[in-house]
Amino acid sequence: MSMLNFFRRPRNLTSADSAKERLQILLSHERTDRSSPEYLPMLQRDILEVIQRYMRVGDEGVDIKLERGEELSTLEINIELPGKSGAEARGAA
Amino acid sequence: MAKIIVVTSGKGGVGKTTSTAAIGAGLAMRGKKTVVIDFDVGLRNLDMIMGCERRVVFDFINVIQGDAKIKQALITDRRLENLSILPTSQTRDKDALTKEGVEKVLNELREQFDYIICDSPAGIERGAHLAMYYADEAVVVTNPEVSSVRDSDRVLGLLSAKTNRAEKGEGEVKSHLLLTRYDPARVARGEMMKVDDILEILSIPLLGIIPESTAVLKASNVGTPVTFDTKSNAGKAYEDAVSRLIGEQLEMKIQPERQGLFQRLLRRTA
Repeated sequence: MSMLNFFRRPRNLTSADSAKERLQILLSHERTDRSSPEYLPMLQRDILEVIQRYMRVGDEGVDIKLERGEELSTLEINIELPGKSGAEARGAA
Repeated sequence: MAKIIVVTSGKGGVGKTTSTAAIGAGLAMRGKKTVVIDFDVGLRNLDMIMGCERRVVFDFINVIQGDAKIKQALITDRRLENLSILPTSQTRDKDALTKEGVEKVLNELREQFDYIICDSPAGIERGAHLAMYYADEAVVVTNPEVSSVRDSDRVLGLLSAKTNRAEKGEGEVKSHLLLTRYDPARVARGEMMKVDDILEILSIPLLGIIPESTAVLKASNVGTPVTFDTKSNAGKAYEDAVSRLIGEQLEMKIQPERQGLFQRLLRRTA
């Protein structure tokens, strides 16, 4: 019985249900984002600045992705490090 | 002292102008002295929906810039003498609107009318901002559709932060939800969000549910606010919404589509 429910459930979800669910997730994030300034570009700049203190990274070297979920959001930061020649630490003591 | 009500939505094409005309006409039918103002500078349309497009001489922008007196720009409705229209300019752009200019015109209108209904343009730029800026109340027109609901939520955020009331700490702009183009049959099939779903998401009081109706296009075709079509489901729904707007307690119901004799017979035999 529970197996049946497991298979049946996704099909019973109407398109109107999806609309509501998508809106609830999106708006809960948008409402909090609205009150704070857009921090992602600032975060990107700060991270780049810190990394550049130790490594030679181009201005395009940091990539930030945000995936908003209902319970959990993930922030994915990708830093592209240059090859051998560029990777020497700057001003190593 | 008049009450200023903005009809807004963020998203275009959801029925702001239709609702402005219908609510304005409904208020006037109830004996309220009402003026409807078009804030969509450059894309004048309220005059057409109200059916006075051939009587426009001066407009809102002329008044703001001091080229005409308010009295010269106001057009009195041919059907109801306590209903007036202040059309906007068709040739200028939204930069012609200034905060001071809008305030001056609204203050002058406040002396003469019971209700001032501001028809906001779509979007959240200057025209939309100024249409809501001096409002006491807002009618947020929303379709049961994801992008419209999202935009309404955004507009509600602006209403609670970027208005004169909010900035001066004079209390919130009282916002009402007007759900338009609602189709109960599609809701029953799970193809359209229910009223309760949308209320749960936006959490503002419901002013009315306007069902999807052929009467709306018919009314705009001939330049008559749909409220005058008292037999149509949409007309009745707007009438109910107006009653709630002036503070009457009315049971919320979805007005059924009026069926012809033939359709009724068909349904009975089916």
